[in-house]
Amino acid sequence: MTIGSKHRSSGSAVRLAVLGLGIMLVLPLFIYGCKTMDAVTNIGTSFGKSVGMISESQAESISKSSKAVARSFEDFTPEQEYYIGRTVGAVIINKYKPYRNKKANAYINLLGQTLAKASDMPETFNGYHFLILDSDEINALATPGGLIFITRGMLRCCRNEDAVAAVLAHEIGHVQFKHGLQAIKKSRVTSALIILGTEGAKTFGKEDLASLTETFEDSISDITSTLVNNGYSRKFERQADIAAVTILKRVGYDPNGLVNMLKVMEKKLKPGSPDFAKTHPSPASRIADIQKDIGKSAGGKVPKARHARFLAALGNN
Amino acid sequence: MIKFKTSLIIFLLICLNGFPTFAAEQKMMSIQVKKGEIRSTPSFLGIIVTRLSYGDRVYVQEERGPWVRVGLQSNSSKGWIHNSILTSKKIVLNPGAKDVQASASSDELALAGKGFSKQVENEFKEKNPNINYAWIDKMEKFVVSQKRIKQFLKEGELSPKGGF
Repeated sequence: MTIGSKHRSSGSAVRLAVLGLGIMLVLPLFIYGCKTMDAVTNIGTSFGKSVGMISESQAESISKSSKAVARSFEDFTPEQEYYIGRTVGAVIINKYKPYRNKKANAYINLLGQTLAKASDMPETFNGYHFLILDSDEINALATPGGLIFITRGMLRCCRNEDAVAAVLAHEIGHVQFKHGLQAIKKSRVTSALIILGTEGAKTFGKEDLASLTETFEDSISDITSTLVNNGYSRKFERQADIAAVTILKRVGYDPNGLVNMLKVMEKKLKPGSPDFAKTHPSPASRIADIQKDIGKSAGGKVPKARHARFLAALGNN
Repeated sequence: MIKFKTSLIIFLLICLNGFPTFAAEQKMMSIQVKKGEIRSTPSFLGIIVTRLSYGDRVYVQEERGPWVRVGLQSNSSKGWIHNSILTSKKIVLNPGAKDVQASASSDELALAGKGFSKQVENEFKEKNPNINYAWIDKMEKFVVSQKRIKQFLKEGELSPKGGF
């Protein structure tokens, strides 16, 4: 008691400092508290499941109420995005045929990979790659991670390199915004993460692999049916057009390339056909929106050498 | 005396807690793509200083828009890298069961080869033998060099600006 009173004289400044340091110490505990709860829920869920204490649906609702609910497409790593994209691409090629023209495909890759460098997501897990599809349909498709397809029909809507650049830049925009991944139903993302969470206690069992593959299959079909049948929302298409204008400007192309391509497309699209007419807003409405950003202009003349290489690669398309 | 002891303990705890944080002040990041390139300038046209692979760790020196100046701990290489290549997470290349458990409760870890992975793709292929990946593998081999991009820009009278 008496010794304590000696220390009381050390002044209020010291006490304040101690109080401050104490708060600094305790505060992180509250912040970490959320994470710890997460871990507890997770371990509890997997343990309960393995001894048959709770049902699958209960396990799901427990996980959902904790961390999984906050999780979304953004939690897929670029590596997982890449594997999703590969299979979406394989399904697309299964539906269409590749255009076996080395020169044309080399040109599309040179142009496309140059454009991709100017996007806000210039690097993906295994990079951007482009392929022409041997189809008269007017279509272009992008998979998560950067495999991009363009049909010969779509290339015929492009009168010059700036117009082809515009189509590819629009598709790069979809990759950049991860629109493909967002087509995956949320329930699938949740179940994929639950499988991964419960996997911890054991090695990657056959059952887990089978159910993960099932979720994978469903995710692929969510994406392909959006790409091929339903199309993205108007908002996503607008985002991709805005990204396209940005990319074109950054590389030095005339953003009117996009408008000019849409004008040709408008004439060529047949209402009710199973391509862009079905999955995209009308060219006229897209033009109106784009011109709000870049103004109305016929666009400048394409330099001679640029036009010559466009004709050499795609002139006979 | 009790108060003094308590404050001393609190102080010591702070020291124990706090010092590692100060020591680890340097911001570390990981390469989240298959191959990354460090360049001499913050541009895709900059000279490639060194190449990195998935999971490699770098420390951050400076950020300029989407470009980050990084250094390697393994050697003295320094240079610029685009932020789309980087993640603040630590990537575990060959994760075991413990890593899976740890990653479930942490946002600091990413597991390579887990979730939708090569293994799942193989399983999918087995179930769907009609889907052919040959052209996907071919497509992935279409890689354009930095030299070709420079030529392509020059020939086409294209002068990239901001963000390239």
